[in-house]
Formats: sequence, C-alpha cells, structure tokens
Amino acid sequence: MATMTYIEALSRGMWEEMEQDKSVFLLGEDIGPYGGAFKATKGFLDHFGSERVIDATLSEAAIIGAATGAAVVGMRPIAEMQFADFVTCGFNQLVVNSAKTHYRWNLPVPMVVRLPTGGYIHGGPYHSTNPEAWFFHVPGLKIVAPSTPYDAKGLMKAAVRDNNPVLYLEYKYLYRRIKGEVPEDDYVLEIGKGEVKRNGSDAVVFTYGSTVHFSLEAAEQLSREDGAEVMVVDLRSLMPLDKELILASVRPTGKVLIVHEDNITGGIGAEIAALISEHAFQSLDAPIKRIGAIDTPVPFAPPLEEFCLPNKDKIVSGLRELCSY
Amino acid sequence: MPVAAKSPKAVAQPSRLSNHDRLQLYYFMRMTREVDNAILRLYRQSKIVGGAYTSYGNEATAVGSAYALQENDYLLPMHRDLGAHLVKGQTLRNVFLQQLGRVNSLTRGRDGTGHYADPAKKIYGNVSHLAAMIPFAVGVALAATLRKEKAVVMNYIGDGGCNVGDFHEGLNMAAVMKLPLVLIIENNQFAYSTPNTRQFAAQKLSDRGLGYGIPGVTVDGTDVIRVYETCRTAVDRARRGEGPTLIETISMRMHGHSASDDASYVPKGMIEEWKKKDPLEKFERVLVNDRVLTDSVKKELESKINSGIEDAVAFAEESPYPRGEEAAEGVFAP
Repeated sequence: MATMTYIEALSRGMWEEMEQDKSVFLLGEDIGPYGGAFKATKGFLDHFGSERVIDATLSEAAIIGAATGAAVVGMRPIAEMQFADFVTCGFNQLVVNSAKTHYRWNLPVPMVVRLPTGGYIHGGPYHSTNPEAWFFHVPGLKIVAPSTPYDAKGLMKAAVRDNNPVLYLEYKYLYRRIKGEVPEDDYVLEIGKGEVKRNGSDAVVFTYGSTVHFSLEAAEQLSREDGAEVMVVDLRSLMPLDKELILASVRPTGKVLIVHEDNITGGIGAEIAALISEHAFQSLDAPIKRIGAIDTPVPFAPPLEEFCLPNKDKIVSGLRELCSY
Repeated sequence: MPVAAKSPKAVAQPSRLSNHDRLQLYYFMRMTREVDNAILRLYRQSKIVGGAYTSYGNEATAVGSAYALQENDYLLPMHRDLGAHLVKGQTLRNVFLQQLGRVNSLTRGRDGTGHYADPAKKIYGNVSHLAAMIPFAVGVALAATLRKEKAVVMNYIGDGGCNVGDFHEGLNMAAVMKLPLVLIIENNQFAYSTPNTRQFAAQKLSDRGLGYGIPGVTVDGTDVIRVYETCRTAVDRARRGEGPTLIETISMRMHGHSASDDASYVPKGMIEEWKKKDPLEKFERVLVNDRVLTDSVKKELESKINSGIEDAVAFAEESPYPRGEEAAEGVFAP
C-alpha cells in the first residue's frame, strides 16, 4: 500500500496499463516533455518513448478521431483533453464515430478519453465544465467518475481494458486535495458498480465525483448535530448506472437526495429521479430532492462560483429539509 | 527554414500498368457501372432500403485510386467509391446485402450502403458526416505506423466535405506526424445542389496541400490511368515514410446526389459536355484501339459481371431482414 494523491493514482493506473500492454498509447496536448497541463503524464515520455506518448496538434477533433480510428484497428489509446471543457471541439467524433461504431460494425472501440472536470478552482466558464450530461444521453459511451485515489487507479485500469469508448471524468478539485491508500497490485474495478460509502437509514444521498466528499462531510455533521444517519452512495460509474444499487438503497431509507456538481436541469440526477419514481415509488417517504449547480455557466469570481456550485452547507440544509419531511 | 513540399506532376513517368492491369481496371469500372444500373433498377422497384447513391462519373477515380493499394493497405472510401470497394475485394453479395439491409449483411442491417467495415479486407466505410472519417483515417495510419506495418491508408472526401473542420485538423495532424495517408478530394462540381463557386474560393483544392507542407496534385478524375499513376506515386511516397499527399480529382457527378434528386439545378448542357468524357467509354475506346479489349474479351467480362450481379441480387433478396428485437443488441462491446 502506498499513500497517493488522486492524480498520482490515475497516473499510476495509466503507467501500469502501458507497462503490460504495448497497444496502449497516449495522445494529447502538451503531454510529452511538459508532462501535461496537470502533470498527469510526467515522466511518461522518458520511460515509454515518443511513439507511445504523443504530443498532439491542438486539435481535439483530430485527437478523438485518431484515437477512435486507432482503437478500431486494434490499439488502446488514451486521449487527453487538457480540460473537459474542450471536449466540445471533439464532440462530433465522440458521438458520431466512437459511440456508434460497435453497434454498426460489431468491432470493439477500446479507447479512453480523459476529461479534467469541474470547478472549485476559480477557472471560470471555460475551465470548470462538468460534461457528463452531454454524453450520458448517447448510446455507446461509458462514463466513469472516480472520487478517491483507490477508485481513480482501479477505474483507469478498467477503462483502458474496456472494449468501448470510456469517458474518464477526473476532478481537478480532487487532484491534489485528496490522498488515500492505493494498493500496488493489479486491481481493476468493475465499471457499472457503485459503492456504499456510509451506512444510514434516515435518508440516502446518491452522488459521484467531487461532491462525494461534500456529501460525506454533510452526513457526518447531521449525525453529530441531529442524530440522523444518512447513507451515502458513490455511483462511481454513470454509464452504465448501478440501477440495482440505487433501487436497493432507496428501499431501506425512503428519502432520496441526489447531489452532483453539474447543473441541475437535464443532469444525471433527473434520470436517477425518474428511475426511482418508476421502480421504487412505493418506497418513497418524501419527494426526491436534487442539489446541483445552478443553471448558469460556472462563474469566475469566488463569491459567484461559491453561490453557483454545491457545497457541504447546501447539502446539510437539503438533508435537514428531507429528514424533517 | 521550412520549405514548401514540391508537388509532383500528375504523371511523372510512363505507366507501370500492363495490359492485364488495364483490363482489370476496365473490368472494375464496368462492374461499378453495372452495379449502379442494378441499384437504380432495384430502387425503382422500391426494393432498396433508404436512398440510392451511385457513382456515375466517378468510376475512374474510385477504381484507379484503389488499384494503387496493396492487400495490407487500408481503404476508407466514400459513397461514390463503389469501384474502390470492388477493387479492394468486396463481393457483390456483400454490396447488395448492405443495400437491402439484410441480417447477413456486414452491418447486420444496422447501417446501409457502404457504411460497413470489413476488417479482413481492410475496408472501413464512411459515415454520413463524411469529413469525420479523416481524423479516423489519421488514427488508422497512426496505428499502422506504430505497429510498423508498412501499410498506407487511402481516404476520400468531396468538394463539399473538404470544407468541414475535420479536414483541416486531420490533414494537419497527419502532415505533422508524417503519417502514411493519401487523401483524395473527389471534386465532382456539386455538393448536393451547391456548385463549387459557393463552396470554396480557391482555384484548385489541391493547393491546400501547401498549407500543410505536403504535396497537392490535381488530376483528371475521368482518366483512370492518370488517377492510378498519381495515386501510386502518393502511395509509394507514403509507404516510404515521407508522409501524406493530397490529391484532387476532377470529374462530374453525372446523376443527382441520390436517386430522389433530379439534379435540375445543374446548368443546361453541362451533363452533355461531361458525357463526352465518360470515364468508362473513354477508357474502352483506348483499350479497343490498343486491341486489348477484343469483342470476345468484352463479352466474357460482361457475362461474368452480369451473372455476378444476378446472383448477388437474388441472394440478397432471398436473405431475411434482422428480427426487430435485434435492434436492442450490441450497443456496447463485451
């Protein structure tokens, strides 16, 4: 076991997969000598060489398109978007080529697109995007969203070995804030499986990524101050979604709060709420509640960003409202 | 200081083609024409699923270009490149199964026409967003290079599609990485109904090569020998590791965009003018004049083609559609 930051863990996951599979290679902007804008690929060029750590032209469409083409003929590329925001420039490639190829051609498309995601870093409207809802709707794309170093490595390895395009959401806010124990052995998480992070029977929070941590802090505060015990479920994978775990967690708690950093309207939370009302309506003791960013671009100045994005205090108030219903 | 890559002349040397090769080219062009005729017949009988897209006028470009490829090379053709599919070894049965959306087609009815992949033949068909295949082709070329396959990737785009951003991003990346890509712009005068004058202001689309530091060549797309020679030079160059070439072929789309398009927007007389340069008839005259295509050889080829088409159409028509519930399968790979 080693203690690692979140970014070290995801980087370690890539490293191990490159060590053991020659078909894995990296394609992205500034990932070579510079080691990536966030240094996720620092040292990779020296170790793996310029044929497998490829500094790409500033062309997100070409990066994702080339990764798709290479994957279809048998390679396992990991494409890096410098910020998740810029995946818009490669959107067409993802939804037209990456997503539809297996369905049409019955050929695997084993590729990963790394998406440095989210706010809380004063990045402003073009460096704080949570892109998951754009792709959640598209058949053929998998989406993972690790919240811990352990999951970051385990899901990276799973994403690289998966035979489908996997969007790997990595939270910039967590990169160096979160440290954790990461086994040195070759473990792989199953894509599509969530995890109960905290048990409780008064309410359940479904969340993923950065807001897992705020949700856990909020649950602790409620336990301390109100004596309420809240279950927290980390979805870890958004597509496929762990529907079984979601429905199984509604039944014993009866009260549901869905929390995500992405803005509310048309977000993942809406789908989870629909799923629960279709299949577990009779287990509900209160209307389903959602907390997410307000429906604006993520603004720049600290008070604006704080108002926009979810945080522990907003989750605490949401839970109190829910528990007292 | 960077120097602009020199563009070779369209025909740099005498033909490398034997009479056998020339007959092969004729055979595939003729087959393309006859398959198109059969597709239109089926379309009029409402047997084609969806639209019918033909290659009339583009036979020399599709056949001549693909003939420059070897077995281990990759073909990423477009919807006017039936001839390229055939040269790369696609069977007539597979062609018609795709047209008719049958369960035993290469896409199991999930997609039509040339939108299929046949990895054994190294054919990866187009999507409707044609230019989206250029970055994809770059990735195939990158994979081939990383695996040291010594293979070349040939991809096609149109006078309309080359105005999409993917054209720029893909070609630029391929040029920077010196990848073995040959990109052919089939300039057939119209993008659906829009004439070239409304699509680009450049004199020659091949001049764009200069902007990427790669050779750009314009060639008569109705002359199968010139197309072949130009493409062969580009393919050889790519195989030597010297990077991509951009080739513009000039021809005329002799029918509408699809069979439902009467092409009434084409100026009067333009089709008649281009008919004089019909790629198939022109080449046939040369081969007859050279006594390569005798009456008996011609008859033999025609009968081979016609019986092949008859067999393929019958086979496709007898083949079942997929079951409706199969639609739900295979979004994700196992």
